[in-house]
Amino acid sequence: MSLLTLRRNFFNVHVITTTKIYRENCLNEAKTEGKSELIPSIKFRHSCLLRNQRCIAAYLYDRLLRIRALRWEYGSVLPTTIRFHMCAEEMEWFNQYKKSLATYMRSIGGEEGLDITQDMKPPKSLYIEVRCLKDHGEFEIDDGTVILLKKNSQHFLPRWKCEQLIRQGVLEHVIS
Amino acid sequence: MDLQSYMPVPPGIRMEENFFSLDDILLSHERLPCRTESAFPRLGFLEKSSETRDIPEGTKMEMPLWLAKGLYERKRQVLSVELPKVYREEWRTVFGADPIVVDLHKMGPYYYGLGSQMLHFDSPENPEIANTILQTFIGRFRRTMDSSQNAYNEDTSALVERLDCLERSLKWVTCMYVCVIERLV
Repeated sequence: MSLLTLRRNFFNVHVITTTKIYRENCLNEAKTEGKSELIPSIKFRHSCLLRNQRCIAAYLYDRLLRIRALRWEYGSVLPTTIRFHMCAEEMEWFNQYKKSLATYMRSIGGEEGLDITQDMKPPKSLYIEVRCLKDHGEFEIDDGTVILLKKNSQHFLPRWKCEQLIRQGVLEHVIS
Repeated sequence: MDLQSYMPVPPGIRMEENFFSLDDILLSHERLPCRTESAFPRLGFLEKSSETRDIPEGTKMEMPLWLAKGLYERKRQVLSVELPKVYREEWRTVFGADPIVVDLHKMGPYYYGLGSQMLHFDSPENPEIANTILQTFIGRFRRTMDSSQNAYNEDTSALVERLDCLERSLKWVTCMYVCVIERLV
């Protein structure tokens, strides 16, 4: 369920078509003056305009819902491949959403705040055994140790550091 | 992408549609047989069979649900919508006899959704249609839920093929929760 690039050309075509249909309607209305024959056609065209408007609004709204989900999956920084598919306004929306979420997280859980994007599933232990599914390069953990994440290597790492990578599919939780 | 974080707009309940719901938009794309009760001037180009400038009164055409809803008016006769065959007397008897055997996906994947929307068109058979849809859902509900409980252990794809969209989304949600519970236990 990936986000595809916003199709700007499609929107331009839609705007042109809408303007044409709308003008046709205005022209018909100007001629009516008491005759009600043209009204069904005007209603017909108006229904078409509303339909187009609804489809586009739903498409844009659905994109925003997916972008919101990205914050919970990938964290604050989105991978470049995904950012490439977002337009400037969507990036702006994402940043605003991030800020709102951060403000909220700071306000709960006492002085330090509470990161609710961690521990989405109930944790069973502090450290977990993970296997690397793809080459991810170097990874630094809290005590300064640097680990090389190479495909098929296994490591025993703190759960909170691995969570994001597991969600992205880089690491796999090994349940022995 | 983890499906749990992405929460799309659900379809509307009863006779309402949710404006942003993608399911409702797809549903309103379904075509209905209609008959025009008044002429539509200058729109003749839409009717491929005729070569006139206008769509004359009494033309039989197939219109998508969104257009039929937009044009339909109770007081003024603009359009009359015929019932699709799944909602007519013959099929209602079939559903009354045994709702489980029917392949709802083949009969129109949006049986419940479209049926609820058909109630907008003031057909004299509305109470019967509404009752049939409700009884069909009740009759099939148990089978759908049973299969979701068992989907973890066996292949239920043959049953899923015969479900309408509403039943499939219900089954999907149930399966997800069954998986969650299995993992916790």
